[in-house]
Amino acid sequence: MSAERPAPAPGAWLEARRAVERVVRDDGGRVLAGLVRSLGGSFVLAEDAFQDAVAQALERWPVDGLPANPAGWLVVTARRKALDRLRRRSTRQDKQAELELAARLDQAEADEEAPEIPDERLALLFTCCHPALPEEARVALTLRAMCGLSTPELARCFLVPEATLQQRIVRAKKKIETSGIPYRVPALPELPERLSSVLSVIYLVFNEGYAATAGGLLRTDLCEEALRLGAILEELLPEEPEVAGLRALMELHHARRAARVDAEGVLVTLEDQDRSTWDRATIERADARLKTALARRRVGPYQIQAAIAAVHAVAQRAEDTDWWQIVGLYDALRQFVPQPVVELNAAVAVAMAAGPEIGLRRLEQPAIAEPLRDYHLLHAARADLCRRLGRVEEAAHHYREALARTTNASERTYLERRLASL
Amino acid sequence: MQYLLLIYEDESVAKDMSAEQNKDLMDRYFAFTREVREAGALLGGDALHPVASATTVRVRGGRATTTDGPFAETKEQLGGYYLIDVPDLDAAMAWAAKIPAAETGSIEVRPVMIFET
Repeated sequence: MSAERPAPAPGAWLEARRAVERVVRDDGGRVLAGLVRSLGGSFVLAEDAFQDAVAQALERWPVDGLPANPAGWLVVTARRKALDRLRRRSTRQDKQAELELAARLDQAEADEEAPEIPDERLALLFTCCHPALPEEARVALTLRAMCGLSTPELARCFLVPEATLQQRIVRAKKKIETSGIPYRVPALPELPERLSSVLSVIYLVFNEGYAATAGGLLRTDLCEEALRLGAILEELLPEEPEVAGLRALMELHHARRAARVDAEGVLVTLEDQDRSTWDRATIERADARLKTALARRRVGPYQIQAAIAAVHAVAQRAEDTDWWQIVGLYDALRQFVPQPVVELNAAVAVAMAAGPEIGLRRLEQPAIAEPLRDYHLLHAARADLCRRLGRVEEAAHHYREALARTTNASERTYLERRLASL
Repeated sequence: MQYLLLIYEDESVAKDMSAEQNKDLMDRYFAFTREVREAGALLGGDALHPVASATTVRVRGGRATTTDGPFAETKEQLGGYYLIDVPDLDAAMAWAAKIPAAETGSIEVRPVMIFET
């Protein structure tokens, strides 16, 4: 049979492969989300069938040429693949599911050419970020389902072997199925808690990419993915100020990416960054977004963090920073996030506003000094404040303490340089 | 779907309760049980005697050994359970959060495996 088929033209294979990747990246989330719904809420069956359809596209498109409606082609093919998968199973429950699906598919045949794809991505996102799943699985599932990242791409992003990542996804899918994680947008009473899980997954993706730039690694793509997820989420939940707050926060950080590391890949602190390289257009956009969010008067931790980032971003020079405003914002943030790291950052803000000596005393509070005993940034903060006070010996001691507690190459080089410059 | 809600709690807390506190707690459990039953979700549920009453039996190589005490010594002990039938995990989690012990101990939510006969 296949001998009859003409071989794909040279270059057609590569072109088709790019087309498949593009469709999966741009429309994959929407296609998969709609597919789960049309398969009666079975995320696992839909995901498997979607992967089957993608594999088939890679096989067929080089030979047959691109379909007129690539996303629609994926929907129709995935539905058939789902039916095949159900037929291969043999339990009574699946027989029932097969009959139901076959009925649905008959109905769907009518609009074969251009199946309508309703936007179900919000339900998909809430399923992928369900708090019953382990955090790293939430991140992997979200990037795969919503952003169309493949397993090898994900493994590269998170610096884990492909097999490890694959296993993470398989386990998560199994848990979704066996534990009955539903496919829907949570009801209003649960929404705030569930939304915060979604937001934290997106911010985790962003931070993973952000930390990587300082590690001299090219993983900034993850920042772009997080920004894209933020944009999708805001499109789906335009009334939620925390969604806009997170988006503004990420944009404000991202606007400074060019200044964050020097030519050798070593961290540059906010104070020493070349502010002319900051992306002013993005900063203005983020600032406007944040103001609109704050006007809704439902403040939350992401809006406050964005507000802090905005105060930094609008200062023309480091010495123009309105530190008292930042101190006030940290006071608000600690109500939402009562964590030692927030206290540490608040103490540093106090030091910048009221003087290093007052800041140093703040750092010795038990709420900071005890839990963060082995956190390198506490020692680095002490060192920095001692340096500002001209207490060279003490500063050197604290820089060494900080160095003993970090393995990140970029941060180490930064601390070593500081120590040497005393 | 059926879920078993396993109630884990530090038994010593209950031991130190006054009669009045104990009655309050029991009233809360009765109220919870009534609520699940009236919602049509309750399949069963029981409280268990403390682990001091537990006996663990193992058969190895055809020989039974019996030991006094629970299967594993833990900080929180299995003190009771509810068996419920609800549409999905979110619903099961919502019921679990309403069990009085959720505030002091932990509720483990486990889907029940149904075998085809």
